[in-house]
Formats: sequence, structure tokens, C-alpha cells
Amino acid sequence: MVKIFWNRFRNNPLSVTGLVIILILAMVALFAPFIAPYRPTAINVYNVLSPPDGAHLFGTDELGRDVLSRMIWGSRASLKVGFIAVGIAITIGTILGSVAGFYGGIIDSLVMRFVDIMLAFPVLFLILAVIAIVEPSISTIMIIIGLTGWMDVARLVRAEFLSLKERDFVWSARAIGASDLRIIFRHIIPNALAPVFVAATFGIAGAILTESSLSFLGLGVQPPDPSWGNILTSGKDNITVAWWLSLFPGLAILVTVLSYNLVGEGLRDALDPRLWQHEK
Amino acid sequence: MEVETEMSIKASAQARDNLKRLYGLDKPLHVQYLEWLNRFVKLDFGTSFVDGKTVTDKIKERIPVTLKINIISLFFIFIIAIPIGVISAVKQYTFFDKVVTLFVFLGFSMPTFWLALIMMIVFGVSLGWLPIAGIQSIDISGMSFFGRIVDQAKHLIMPICLSAFTGLAALSRYSRSSMLEVIRQDYIRTARAKGLKESEVIFRHAVRNALLPIVTILGLSVPGLIGGSVIFETIFAIPGMGQLFYSSTMSRDYPTIMGILVIGAILTLLGNLIADISYALVDPRIRVR
Repeated sequence: MVKIFWNRFRNNPLSVTGLVIILILAMVALFAPFIAPYRPTAINVYNVLSPPDGAHLFGTDELGRDVLSRMIWGSRASLKVGFIAVGIAITIGTILGSVAGFYGGIIDSLVMRFVDIMLAFPVLFLILAVIAIVEPSISTIMIIIGLTGWMDVARLVRAEFLSLKERDFVWSARAIGASDLRIIFRHIIPNALAPVFVAATFGIAGAILTESSLSFLGLGVQPPDPSWGNILTSGKDNITVAWWLSLFPGLAILVTVLSYNLVGEGLRDALDPRLWQHEK
Repeated sequence: MEVETEMSIKASAQARDNLKRLYGLDKPLHVQYLEWLNRFVKLDFGTSFVDGKTVTDKIKERIPVTLKINIISLFFIFIIAIPIGVISAVKQYTFFDKVVTLFVFLGFSMPTFWLALIMMIVFGVSLGWLPIAGIQSIDISGMSFFGRIVDQAKHLIMPICLSAFTGLAALSRYSRSSMLEVIRQDYIRTARAKGLKESEVIFRHAVRNALLPIVTILGLSVPGLIGGSVIFETIFAIPGMGQLFYSSTMSRDYPTIMGILVIGAILTLLGNLIADISYALVDPRIRVR
């Protein structure tokens, strides 16, 4: 099964490129202490706001810190937020979606109404409002992005459950007396996960984008901890004199989010059962 | 909010009590909530902590700019994205389609605030064509009427483009898939079999049906626009509602924050309502008896 998916995925050159980029990025984040040429918090007032050159490939910021090193370390923040926020979202979404799909009836209606309510919120507003009350930090935004991003997963899981729960393997499990909980978790959920992977990939893309927007506004990762978003804050403040502060971090965000989106598309096409009739 | 943190340590217990009573903080929580609800329904949002103006006044002076930018950008999104999507569907898999798909992907993945900065650097700093902040130049009173219009356009063009960018990507994609679905329908095949010209098939039959779900998108994109305003209004220093929300958040001006949230919620709900109603109006299959 996995082999078939992988072969189909491989046929999509854009998605494979995306995957390669994601893996490179993961390596960069993992080996940041060894790759970064300077320490990300190394202040050097003699070298403030200097353009890219041999010593500093991406230039320096308003405190003389090397932008490239800060970007390398910043990739950790982006990936952390991406994975943890999506992890939270998937957990909530899977649980709610499976309960709604499995039990149906009024439970289903209630859960779906709740989903509709959450979907009606302008998310950025909500996040800003929460941050006004709580201290902004990387943990806060991880949790809040997770708490506002589970709705798609819930819908997908519910849809899968609606179709899967009438299948034979579910009947057999019931016949041998398996409890509801066991049926849901051991039997149906593993089969319902395919669209969740797709949603998760897109979710990571979105979470990275949201995190960088929030850090840019000063409400996410707090300086001096580096994040691509908060380097861009310096970019905005020094826009007339330091174009490199704006160009490179944003380019990194664009490439990363694009790669995750491409992989998500590739995954979606590879896992789409409707395309199976074209298989030799 | 604890009164203790707002006052100096030397304030007497009597002063603290007075302040608590003034803000109604000594009443139980549910009573406070009901009183708040009571006031908000009458659109009495209280006074700002920051400058003492009523929140309603502050919002009123900010809304026109935000609405102007958002409505104009919605307009552009519509007249650009729908044709692109339709043509892209009709010429599926051609070069045009592939370029459009690439553009759509970029649109989804783009951090708009970064695009804003890049545009500011290119058009504002390097080329000097467009101003990078505010909505009018300092010497606007000295300009002719036409000059003022041009000045306003110069200030607003970048924010509008940015506001429209992500929406463009989303709507092109949506109209493309809607059009693709319609083209596959039997009635299109019938129209072709009847011998109608291809252009008539597309424009008179296919496009109209493809447009149905797109009308709902109009209403559903309101939350996205509201959220987006916060970012680009802050970047371009435009005195709109989004920027007010941001500065209130930073200064913890809770009455204003709550007021804007409620307005935002109302606008979102209005958008959803419009989407529902217009779908019912436009689709002849849905009629309430």
C-alpha cells in the first residue's frame, strides 16, 4: 500500500522538490548549533546594519547580529510551532471528528455546530485578543494556533467515519464484543488517517505562516530569540536602509510554506482513491 | 483585572474600594457579564483607557478607511480572479493554466506582510514612485481636487494590492474548480450537441452555473479581509480599524479591544448571512415556498 502511494508521489516533480526542501530544512533546524557561523545573540555594535558581504552572507541587523545565523536558529522556532500546533489540532480534530462520525445523531449535530461556530471566527482577531490577555510567547501561540486549527481535521475524520463505520471489519469487531472506544481507536481511526496526513501537511504550512505573522507583530516569539517573523520586524523598522533584513527571512518563509503546500498537494493526489482507476 | 496592579502601592484601601466600585468590579462575575452584555447590545462600548474617548467614536473614525480599502480590493478580486479561473478551466493543462496554478500556490504560501515590505522597498524606497505610509500627503490641502484623488490613489494602491493578493489566489482556484465541475456536466454536452458555438456554450451556460457557489465566497471572505487589515494597516501606518485593534492590543486598552471584536463578529456574521441569502437568491433550484 505504502509502496503504491510512494510511487505515485514520486511522479510529481514539484512535490518531490518540496519534500527535499522540507528535509533540508529539518536538517538545518536540527543541526543549527553546528551550522550557524555565529551565535544568534552575538551583538556587535561596530558592525550594525551592514549589507551582505563575505563575513556575513545575509548581512547584520540593528544590533550587529549575523542575519544568517539568526535565520538558521529561527527555523527551529518555525518548525516547533508548526509541528506542535498541528499536533494539538490533529488530536482535538480526530477525537471530535471520530465521536461525531461514530455516534451520529445529536452528538454529531452538536459537534458540527461547534465546528461551524469556530469556523465563523476571524482567526487573527481571536488570536490577537487572546494575546492581549495572556503574555505573548512561543508557547502561547503554539497552543492558540492548535486550538483554532482543528476544524478541518474534524470534518475530514467525521466524513471518513461515516463511510467506514458500516464496513465489515467494524461489524466483526462488534460481533466479538469490542467496546466502542476500542473500535474507534484500534480499528477505524488507523483507516481514517490518510486525509489527516494531508490536512496536517497543509496545517503545518499555515501554522508557520501564522507564527511568522504574529512574531512580526511582536506577539509571537519574543526577541532576542530569533524567528523569521521577528527579524522582519527589524526589516520594517529599518526599511529605508537595510533591504537584506526584509528580503531573506521572508524568502525563507515563502520557500518553506510553499514546500509544505506542494508536499500536501502531492500527498493528496497520491492518496486520492478516485485516481486509482488510472493505475496500470 | 485586579485593581491592585493598576494602582500604586501607597493607595489607601478606601481608594481601592472606590475604584472597584466605579468599574463595577465588586459585583459577582455573572452580574458583570450581564451588565456588559446589556451595554454592548446598545452598542455602548464604554470609554477607552488610552485617551478617554468613547470607543464608539474611535471606531467610527476608523471604519471608513478600512471599509474603503476592503471593498475596493474585493471588487478587484472579483473582476480579476473569476475570469482567470474560468479561462484556466476552459484551457485546462495549457501553459496559461500552469502559470495560474503556480501563481495560486505562491498566493497561498506568501507571507503578505513580507510582500508588503518588498513592495515598499521596490516602489517606495528604490524607485520612489509611491509613498510608504499613511493615507494622504502632508501638503494635501495645497492640492487641487484632482491632485487629491491622485494622492489618495498613490497611498492606497499598495495596501489594496496586498489585501487582494491572497484573496485572488483563493478565488481563482475556487472558480477554476467550480468551472471544471460545470463543464463536465451533461447539460453542457447537450448544448454542444445542439450545435451551439463554443463561446455561447461557455459564456451563456457554463459560466452562469459556475458562478453560483462563488457568490457565497463573497460573504465568507469577510473574516479573512478583517484579519488581513490588521497586518497591512499596521505596516503602512494606515489609520483604520485593523491598526486600531493592533495598537489597542499593545496598550491593553480592553474596552476598545472588546468593541472591535464585537464589530468584527457582527461583520463576519453579516458576511455569512449575505452569503447564505445570495446563494438562495441566485440558485433557481432553491426556492422557499
